[in-house]
Amino acid sequence: MSKIFAQGLVCPLDKNNVDTDQIIPKQFLTSVSRDGFAEAMFFDWRYLADGSPNPDFVVNRPEYKGASILLTRANFGCGSSREHAPWAIKQYGFTVIIAESFADIFFNNSVNNAMLLIQLSKTNIDLLFNRCQQGPQQWQIDLASQEIMFGNNAAMGFNIDADIKQRLLSGLDFIGSSEQLNSQIADYEQSRKASQPWLG
Amino acid sequence: MAKTLYQKIYASHVVGKLNPSTDLLYVDRHLIHEVTSPQAFSGLKLANRSVRRPDLTFATMDHNVSTQRRSIDAAGETSRKQLEALAANCDENRIPLLDLTHPDQGIVHVIGPEQGLTQPGMIIVCGDSHTSTHGAFGALAFGIGTSEVEHVLATQTLPQQQAKTLKVEINGELSGHVTPKDVIMAVIGKLGTAGGNGYVAEFSGRAIRAMSMEGRMTLCNMSIEMGAKAGLIAPDQITFDYIKGKAHAPKAEHWDGAVAYWQSLYSDADAVFDTVVEIDAAAITPQITWGTNPEQVMAVDQSVPSPDSFTDATKRDAAERALAYMGLEPGQKLTDCKVDVVFIGSCTNSRIEDLRAAASVVQGKKVAAGVRALVVPGSGVVKRQAEAEGLASIFKDAGFEWREPGCSMCLGMNDDRVEAGQRCASTSNRNFEGRQGRGARTHLVSPAMAAAAAIAGKFVNIAAVANEKGDRA
Repeated sequence: MSKIFAQGLVCPLDKNNVDTDQIIPKQFLTSVSRDGFAEAMFFDWRYLADGSPNPDFVVNRPEYKGASILLTRANFGCGSSREHAPWAIKQYGFTVIIAESFADIFFNNSVNNAMLLIQLSKTNIDLLFNRCQQGPQQWQIDLASQEIMFGNNAAMGFNIDADIKQRLLSGLDFIGSSEQLNSQIADYEQSRKASQPWLG
Repeated sequence: MAKTLYQKIYASHVVGKLNPSTDLLYVDRHLIHEVTSPQAFSGLKLANRSVRRPDLTFATMDHNVSTQRRSIDAAGETSRKQLEALAANCDENRIPLLDLTHPDQGIVHVIGPEQGLTQPGMIIVCGDSHTSTHGAFGALAFGIGTSEVEHVLATQTLPQQQAKTLKVEINGELSGHVTPKDVIMAVIGKLGTAGGNGYVAEFSGRAIRAMSMEGRMTLCNMSIEMGAKAGLIAPDQITFDYIKGKAHAPKAEHWDGAVAYWQSLYSDADAVFDTVVEIDAAAITPQITWGTNPEQVMAVDQSVPSPDSFTDATKRDAAERALAYMGLEPGQKLTDCKVDVVFIGSCTNSRIEDLRAAASVVQGKKVAAGVRALVVPGSGVVKRQAEAEGLASIFKDAGFEWREPGCSMCLGMNDDRVEAGQRCASTSNRNFEGRQGRGARTHLVSPAMAAAAAIAGKFVNIAAVANEKGDRA
C-alpha cells in the first residue's frame, strides 16, 4: 500500500534545540485568530533589524523557496507550549518536519494540525543533511509504507506510532473521536463524584 | 503490581481506550489564560460544541497584562482585545475568571495553588508549558496546546499515552544559600534540555521532603526545561497544611476523606522507574546560566566554559553560538560581569518565600547606579502579603520598581522588555535568545542571587558574600 503524505522541496535547518520562542516570538501571540502566522515564522532569524529578509537565513535562500519539508536536528520545538509555532510552520507551507527528536508538547500540537513529524536516528539525520549538501532535494513521503523516497528508487524508512499514523491517514476529527466515548465520560464522572466528592 | 506515583494517577483517570496505545484521561482542573484559549473557544463555537464542565475550568489574565497599572487597556490595543475575548468567552460559558478587577488575580501557576484549585492526585492541564508547577502537590500537571485546550473544553478529557518514568533523588541536605532554583538548574545542567523528553519526572529524597511548597513549585516548574512531560512530588503533611483552608480546598465534611486518599499517593517502594538519577544535595552550589538554554548552566564561582571543553560536537557548536549571542568570552567570571536589568518574578520565583529571600538581601541597601530592577509579585495575594510584611517598602526604598501581578519580563509580552545587548539577572525559567526582548541576554538565577546582583551592579556569589559576613544562615 502506498499513500503519499507530502512531496516537495526540503529546507535544511541545521540547528539543535530550536525553541518555540524562536519559531514564533511573543509579539505575535496577542492574536485571537488561528491564521496569519506564516510571516512571523522564525521572525528574529528571518528578518534583519530593519525588517528586510536576512539573506543568510536558510529559509530565505532562493533555492529553498516553496519548501514543504523541514529537515532539522535534535529537540526541535522545545520550550513554550504555544500552538502558534506549528500554525506558523504549517501556514508557511511545511507539512512534514524531519528531526532527530522533538519536544513532547510541540509534537502533539503538530499532529493535532495534521502535520507529519518524523523522528530518525542521528546517523540518518546526518545522511539526510549530507544529501542536502549535494543540492536542493525533492522528496516524497509515503506514510502508508513509512518511507522517505529520494527518487531513483532510493528511500529511507521511518517509524511512527501506529495510533498517530492511523489518525493522519484517516483524517479523523480529534474531538469527534473522543466524543464517541461520551457515555463512558459520563460514567466516569458519576463514579468520581461518589468516590471523591470533594472534586466537584 | 507495584506502581509509581505517576502510574497510579494515570490509571485512576482512564475513562476508556481510544486506540491500542492511547487512553482517554479525565481532567480534574483546566486552567486557562488569554493567550492560548481564544482560538479554542472559536473552534468550539464553529463546531457548535459547548464547554462540558465550566465548574472545573478556571481562568485568569496574566501573560500580556500591564504590570504598571491594573487596567485592561494598559498594555496596548491587541492585548486589550485578547483580554476582552477571554472575558467574553468566560462570561458566555459561565467560567470563573480572576480578571484585573479581582484582588487575587495573578499568574495562573501561582493562583491555582493559592486558591486551593491544585490538589494531590488530580490531573491538571493548562495551555502553558509551566503547568508542570502543580506537580509539586502530587498532581499530574502538564502543558497543552490550543487544539487540546479545545478538546478539554468540549469533553473534559484528553487522549494520552503512558510516559516513561524518571526518578530524580536529591539525597542529603542543601547548604545554606542554595535554593530549590539552584537545585533544578543543577539537575537540568546534568540531564540536559532534552534529558526528560518522553518522561514524567518524580523528585524525591530528603532535600525534597525538607522543601516548602513554594520551593517544590519552583522545582517542578522548571522540569519542563529538561523536556519532561511533568514533574511530580509525592504529597505529605507540608502539602496538606498548605491546602487546608484555601478557597477551593475540600470542604470540612470531605477533608478527612481527601487526606486519606492523598496519603495513598506515593511511588510504591518496589516500583520500577525507567531511569533513576541520584544527586548529592550537599554538592549543589548557587547556579547561573551562561548560555541560551537552561542546560548551559554552571556554579556562579566557575568560569564561562570554552566551547572546546565540550567533547560532543553539537554541544560545542551550541556553546559557540551561545557565547557569541551572550557577548561572553571563555574563562570569564560572571562575578566580574555588569548587569543592566534585574527581574524578580515569573511563575518560577514570584511567591512570598522568593520575595522574602530577595528582600533579606536588599534590606537597607540601594540598587546600583545604572541598574533597572523590578519586582513583579505572582498574584494579588502575594502582593498584599509582601506589603503587609514590609517587603514592598524594602524593595521600593532600595530603588526597585514594585509592580502589579503578571508574567511581565519573563517573556516580554507586555511592555516589560530587556533591550538588545542588555544583560539581565532574571529569576524566570528561560534564557532563550530573544525571550525577554530581541537581543536580550538573560542569566537565570535564584531570587537572592538576582537581588544581590541588583545591589552590586554585577553578578555575585551569594554563598561567598554570606560567608564573609560570617552569616551561615
